Amino acid sequence: MIGRLTVLLLIPALVVLLQAAAELPAVGDGTSPAFTHVAPYYLEHAHEETGAPNFVTAVLADYRGYDTFGELTVIFTAGLACLLILGTRDEPSRPRDEETP
Amino acid sequence: MRSRFGSPVLDASARLLAPFMWLFAAYVMVHGHDSPGGGFQAGVILAASIVMLRLVRGGGTGSGLSSRGALTLACAGPLLFGGIGIGSLFSGGNFLDYGALPLPMDPVQVRVIGTLGIEAGVMLGVTGVLVLIFDVLASWDDGTV
Repeated sequence: MIGRLTVLLLIPALVVLLQAAAELPAVGDGTSPAFTHVAPYYLEHAHEETGAPNFVTAVLADYRGYDTFGELTVIFTAGLACLLILGTRDEPSRPRDEETP
Repeated sequence: MRSRFGSPVLDASARLLAPFMWLFAAYVMVHGHDSPGGGFQAGVILAASIVMLRLVRGGGTGSGLSSRGALTLACAGPLLFGGIGIGSLFSGGNFLDYGALPLPMDPVQVRVIGTLGIEAGVMLGVTGVLVLIFDVLASWDDGTV
């Protein structure tokens, strides 16, 4: 029953999504919003301002360096969480582990 | 992963392969400035070489990077990145505004150096975290942390 209800609800959602996808600008359309705000500025000034021949590097590491810092922090936090969750087996404060070799 | 796995052939092949993987990681990191690549990819290549050494030679001294060293690297990477950001903040620019770093060079070149510095930070951090996760999972497997 729940499954049929889910399917019945998903069909209108699919119709709405397909309708919205049909309205998206074409790939590579120069007049789409993604290419009319900061992208021309980056293309015109990135090489002189950052010295990077590669625009991806210029945006990733320089204009959006804060973003990359966040990504590195996410990875660091993930590693820390792995260490905290999995790496606490022979903690000296737990007496049970001292008994078992 | 404290026990060795493999044979003299595997051992020799891994030892032969590892320096070239490190060289390739350095290439990907430095050349990421001009072409696809960068710190994340270079860090993964570096971590893959160390995981390979650990799989073949065990987690002892011969595997290039100790578990504690991996933890140090994982902390040093974000610290280097943030340190460059804070350094440019204290040099009169904005946070992560590398052009403000007090180096005796053209501002554009200073930006290039700053970008390379943060990419190196990303590489060290990714390497440390991946090796750390591998070590923790391996120690979970054989009961030693």
